[in-house]
Amino acid sequence: MKKLLMTGVAFATLAGATFTTAPVALAEDTMFVPSLSYRTGPFASGGTPLANGFADYFNMLNARDGGIGGVKIVVEECETGYNAQKGVECYESTKGKGALVYNPYSTGITLQLIPKAPVDKIPVLSMGYGLSAAAIGEKFPWTFTYPTSYWSQLSSILKYIDANGGLKGKKVGFIYLDVGYGKEPIPLLEQLAKDQGFEVAKFPVGVKEMQNQGSQWLNVRKERPDYMIMWGWGAMNATAVKEAAKIKYPLDQFIGNWWAGAHADLRSVGEAGKGYKAANFSGVGTDFPALQDVIKHVVDKGGSQVASKDLVGDVLYNRGLFNSVLIAEGIRAAQEKTGKKVITGADLRDGFELFDLSEARLKELGLEGFTAPIKGSCKDHEGAGSVFIQQWDGKDWVKISDPIAPDTAVVRPLLEAAAEKYLSDKPEWKTQTCS
Amino acid sequence: MDILYNILIDPFVQMGSAPDFFLQVLWSGFVAGTLYSLIALGFVLIFKASGVFNFAQGIMVVFAALTLVGLYQAGVPAWLALILTIGAMFALAWLVERIVLRNLVNQEEIILFMATIGLNYFLIGFGEYVFGGEPKPMIAAELGLPTGSTTFEPFGGIVIIEHLDVAAVVMAIILVTALAIFFNKTRIGRALRAVADDHQAALSVGISLNQIWVIVWFAAGIVALATGIMWGAKSDVSFALQIVALKALPVLIIGGFTSIPGAIIGGLVIGFGEKLFEIYWGGLLGSGVEGWFAYVIALIFLLFRPQGLFGEKIIERI
Repeated sequence: MKKLLMTGVAFATLAGATFTTAPVALAEDTMFVPSLSYRTGPFASGGTPLANGFADYFNMLNARDGGIGGVKIVVEECETGYNAQKGVECYESTKGKGALVYNPYSTGITLQLIPKAPVDKIPVLSMGYGLSAAAIGEKFPWTFTYPTSYWSQLSSILKYIDANGGLKGKKVGFIYLDVGYGKEPIPLLEQLAKDQGFEVAKFPVGVKEMQNQGSQWLNVRKERPDYMIMWGWGAMNATAVKEAAKIKYPLDQFIGNWWAGAHADLRSVGEAGKGYKAANFSGVGTDFPALQDVIKHVVDKGGSQVASKDLVGDVLYNRGLFNSVLIAEGIRAAQEKTGKKVITGADLRDGFELFDLSEARLKELGLEGFTAPIKGSCKDHEGAGSVFIQQWDGKDWVKISDPIAPDTAVVRPLLEAAAEKYLSDKPEWKTQTCS
Repeated sequence: MDILYNILIDPFVQMGSAPDFFLQVLWSGFVAGTLYSLIALGFVLIFKASGVFNFAQGIMVVFAALTLVGLYQAGVPAWLALILTIGAMFALAWLVERIVLRNLVNQEEIILFMATIGLNYFLIGFGEYVFGGEPKPMIAAELGLPTGSTTFEPFGGIVIIEHLDVAAVVMAIILVTALAIFFNKTRIGRALRAVADDHQAALSVGISLNQIWVIVWFAAGIVALATGIMWGAKSDVSFALQIVALKALPVLIIGGFTSIPGAIIGGLVIGFGEKLFEIYWGGLLGSGVEGWFAYVIALIFLLFRPQGLFGEKIIERI
């Protein structure tokens, strides 16, 4: 009996281990898009809706249109647990299957994959995250941060603050997850503080302290910043908003970045989080024809992993879906350029520099008003996309601003300097020349 | 000289110039310390009975809280969900004894430790399979836990006392007292201490090792549930909560692995120490010192009292 039980447990373990990385039989008329997801671990609350939206859009295209240009897309998930080492393992185990692009959903994993991309000729699309300097297309031909980078986003948030109370002479608190992701915008923040005459107070939150932020918020009370900006993720976000409310910090002066403004973050906070703001670049809700098609062709037919239909349209679900829209547009542009139906990672790289997600195109896709237009280019791998500000009304996110363009004049030279610095100790690095 | 002033004088000037804020820091340290004590208590109970550091204690906190919230979300009334969760923790204790511990009687402690690591990963996988990775709000109000806060105005400033924090402190005190009485004044408590000293000797005098292990893992499960409720109410119930349990390590080093009063004192030392250091000295080191400062305190204690404040001094005769 004991042996039987142990055998059962062994099989169950094996089945669990292969659940997310089941091998995919690729037919010749399919294209393979790996999904580096994290449905487990401390950041699963964000990773799950992202992975759902990402897969569901491609599945909708397969069901509704027969894929892209008549070629179906095969999405295969590999569980990273938001761990850089596991992310690299996922990369290595899937790249040989003809991977078109990697979307790491982690700055730590992105930093590991950036040097691998030109070697394996598979582009990295770190959509609005990762290494900000990768926005400089001449220096990073294989990495894209469409629709914007962390640095551009920070400049948009600061522009919003400046327009709604002013920055000069004020103190800005910056609370961040104390990992590569959270620290990424600090050089720009410090530079802009000097240039624009405001003070910065930093409040790092270690991964171990994500749900134990009492000290950080006591320090906020001590420092009394006029505004708070958050670069948080996972369980950190809800805890931060609760702690801010607890010390009676005015929540309408507390702005999160686009990874700190999801339904998963605020739903549990509820009324206590009323007034908190966050940046976003992808639409909220299901009031878009493309989302309705996803519901009709995928969710209603049981083809989605989403736990409840109500979660379709959530901030991070739509963010994952938008990631797939960018890839799909890149694939279409690459198919058009090469005349091939089944393209390679190198073709998609070119497609990412050619696509034009104009307002008219967004309307065609059933995503009118979902995001600001983005145009791919050789020089600009971030698309200079805008962000809008949304506010939590106690139950849902409400869009409260028009798209805010980044302060490109200020940010671009700093990004170029950062790109030069990144390459300074990499003499073998291949750049590209853009006309 | 500036450095000396910033280290030796300025923090105390700050405390004196904003006494209301100093009181707030002390209260926060007290609440954090109490909660750390509660987490550490779960480790102490199992260490006392089996001499093993239960690596799975953190995930037991998450598992207990998720079971409670999951049952409630499935339509079970809050209090019935609480009772059923207590039942689930008993079932877990029984299964752990039956499937894991029973086969490892009298094995090296490191084997038992490895078994708890295995249990930890099993519970993570099983929990994620059953409950999903989404964070869930704790049903604090439904369980009758107080919400809101009271603001005091001492020294012309303000001190905010969260009612939930008061409830956490009260619950921790009740639980710690009840467990201290149970393990020090009852027959089972004495049997537990005998098992901790020597498995075989305890068996030879008729103590049921299996029964003791079920009881002690169940008690650790109850402590995990209480910790999960209080900590979940402060933030959310998610798998990230298991990391908070790591805070118990320095508490145990200070208090000793076998002492319930040690867990309490150790928790308070860490709670007060890290808050005061983070707020008044942390800026000198760029903030974010809370994560490692607890271990510095623990290392200092290790230098002078390797067995912890209340731990048993082990003398090996050659």
